This record gives sequence, C-alpha cells and structure tokens, in this order.
Amino acid sequence: MIHLEIDGRAITARPGQTILEAAEGAGIRIPTLCHLKGLSPWGSCRICLVEIANWNGRLVPACATQVQEGMRVVATSPRLTELRRRVLELLFAERNHICAICVSSGHCELQDLACELGMEVVRVPYRFPGLALDASHGKFVYDPNRCVLCGRCVRACSEVEGAMTWGFSGRGIHTTVEPDLGGPWGSAETCTECGKCLEACPVGALVERGKATAEQEKEPQLLAQLTERRPRA
Amino acid sequence: MPEVTEHEVSRLLEPYLGRPTELIQALHRVQEALGHVPPLAQRVVAARLGVPLSQVRGVVTFYHFFRTQPVGKHIVRLCLGTACYVRGADRVLQALQEELGVELGGTSPDGLFTLEGVRCLGACGLAPVRTVDDAVYGRLTPGRVREIVAGFRRG
Ligand code: SF4
Ligand code: SF4
Ligand code: FES
Ligand code: FES
Repeated sequence: MIHLEIDGRAITARPGQTILEAAEGAGIRIPTLCHLKGLSPWGSCRICLVEIANWNGRLVPACATQVQEGMRVVATSPRLTELRRRVLELLFAERNHICAICVSSGHCELQDLACELGMEVVRVPYRFPGLALDASHGKFVYDPNRCVLCGRCVRACSEVEGAMTWGFSGRGIHTTVEPDLGGPWGSAETCTECGKCLEACPVGALVERGKATAEQEKEPQLLAQLTERRPRA
Repeated sequence: MPEVTEHEVSRLLEPYLGRPTELIQALHRVQEALGHVPPLAQRVVAARLGVPLSQVRGVVTFYHFFRTQPVGKHIVRLCLGTACYVRGADRVLQALQEELGVELGGTSPDGLFTLEGVRCLGACGLAPVRTVDDAVYGRLTPGRVREIVAGFRRG
C-alpha cells in the first residue's frame, strides 16, 4: 500500500491508483471534466489540477497522476479554485457556450462546474468560431460550437465500442473532433449508431435528435458499467 | 488533373500493406506521387494499412506538410515574417492575391500557382522575400510581383 496525504488527511492507496481515485476513496471531491470512469486517463482539460506540496507546489492533473509514497497533495485551496475557474473561463470562451439557448442546459457538466467553482463571469472575450452544425445523422446531432475537446467521445467510440469513428482533426485552435474522414456524421460508414459517444459527451455538443431540453439527460456512468462487466484480457 | 484511381493508390501502398505504424511514410509516398492526398487516397490508405479513417484524417490534418487539395504547377511562398512585414509584405500579398486570384493557401483557377505564406525564409536582408518553386526573389514591390508572375505565365 502507498501512504499519502490529501488535504491534511492520511490516506492509503493501491499502487497504480491515481490521485483522483485515492481522493474519491476518501470522500474528497476533485472536480473533473475530460476524465470519465471506464475510459483511459486523458489529462487534457486541467480542471482537476492539484498541488503537490512536497514537490515545490507543482501542479499536476489528479486524473492522470499516480499516487506515490509520501506525497502531500493539496486538493482544495483558494488558489486551486481560482486556477480551475480560469481553466473553465477559457473553455467557455473557446466556443459559444450560451446556456440559455442550449439543449443541454441543466444536464451539462460544464455548467455544473461553473456553479460549483463559483464562476460568475468570463474575463476573456468569447471567440464564437461559428462552426457548422452537423445534423446529418438520423438519430444524433453534433454541434461543434459546444464541444470542449475533452475526447470522451473519441475514447468511448474507440475503447468501448471499437468503431473508431470519432477522431481529432486539425491542430491548435483549429482542432475539432470529426467522424471518419471529416463528416457528415450521417454518412460515416464506421458508425454503428450505438450512442456511446453521446452518453460520454459532458456538454451539449453531442445530443439526441428531436429531444427537448428536459429530456437530454445523459448517462455517462454507462461506459464504466459496460467496461466493468467485460472479461479482462 | 486526371482523377486518381483506387488501383493506382493501392499500388503505391504495396510496401506498407497491413502495417499501421507506417502511416506517415505511406502518406508521404502518396503525396509524392499525386502532389496531394485526396479523400479517396486517404480511404485506400486506411483500408490497406489497417488504420481507422479518423486516424488517417487526424494525421493528414495535423501536419501542415500534407495537403488534401491539388497544388498548382508552381508554388509561391511569400514570407510573412517580421522583417518582411515591416518592409511591406502586406502590400505584396495583396498584389499577389489580386494577380493570381487566390487567397493564401489557394490554387489559381488556371492550376498554375499555389500561394502559401511562410514565417521567415531566413533571408531577411532581402525583405520582402518570396520563392517560386526553388528560386528566391527579394526586395519585392507590388509592381515587380506582377512582372514575375507574368514571366511564369509566359512559361
Ligand atoms: S454512435 Fe457509437 S459508433 Fe457512432 S460515433 Fe458514437 S460511439 Fe461511435
Ligand atoms: S463532442 Fe463532446 S465528448 Fe466529444 S470532445 Fe467534444 S465535448 Fe468532448
Ligand atoms: S479531468 Fe483531469 S485533466 Fe481533465
Ligand atoms: S522575415 Fe522574411 S525572410 Fe526573414
């Protein structure tokens, strides 16, 4: 067993566990966004940043950092809340998250994080990239203007469904997720229409066609349930 | 340009059959032969190497080196670096765009020129600079740019 400290509490964890898993085991909350149980660790959104007090206060993503003997983790502090809020603001500003006109309002992890972290204003200008909405699929709709590039759909589609329909395309500020050779989704030959990407998506970027706001609730925990039931290799 | 066939692309890919780790090499080979990697070729690469379509697309769009559109007979690279900018590269760009009838990254309707912007060609003393294929042209003015283009058009 590994002995570490999170927010001043002595905690034991199994080798190979992440700081996030150790914290969850101890009932300590660390906010996450790109992380989803059942999918491989990713570490891209930086919402789960924690500070390692005995590594010179270094910031690491809790979801993608393994526990180490003697680690002293700060998971809750005004500095971390401020940093996480900053990260959130950048995510909001990158596309056009206007909750009042979003079908996922009320069932959105990004919105929930804003409430949890007390983000009241976005201090950087919105980019409003004006990307094309893809409503070509018979069952689902993809609105890249609400995508936070968390890669949860990409991982759900490749790791759980095995279809590998979704992938990242472009680079830097022009990065988007796209099906097959770049859409339209409706003609993506690899898509099995299973809907796993949709359940994994934390925001209103992937939604069910023709469902009203109140019905857009997702079940991201499905991915973990599916992977846990599978026989291990 | 004649449409490339699936068969032609398959032939190019013979050395890479069933070898997903050779993705970048295979795409290189295709681009060398065709000048660009059109969607049809991306599809054949995916099938022959055993790589998901989304991953082929990811690589093709990540590296600036790969193109998905055909290129012109000549590639014009105008420097948009700092020194060239200070010496009026913006006016040169304007003139080039008007003369060729393309935006940055585009290919002229006659298929003769592809216009690209680059950041510093390492010849700042000659600013503003551009290259046409392998030849370097310095101290450009909108007027000179038009002359040079006319020269290439005459062949
Ligand atoms: S519906 Fe299933 S197969 Fe289709 S893109 Fe989503 S996860 Fe992949
Ligand atoms: S579509 Fe949804 S799940 Fe996929 S990267 Fe964007 S926000 Fe994440
Ligand atoms: S949840 Fe850890 S980096 Fe996104
Ligand atoms: S800035 Fe143009 S050559 Fe250096």
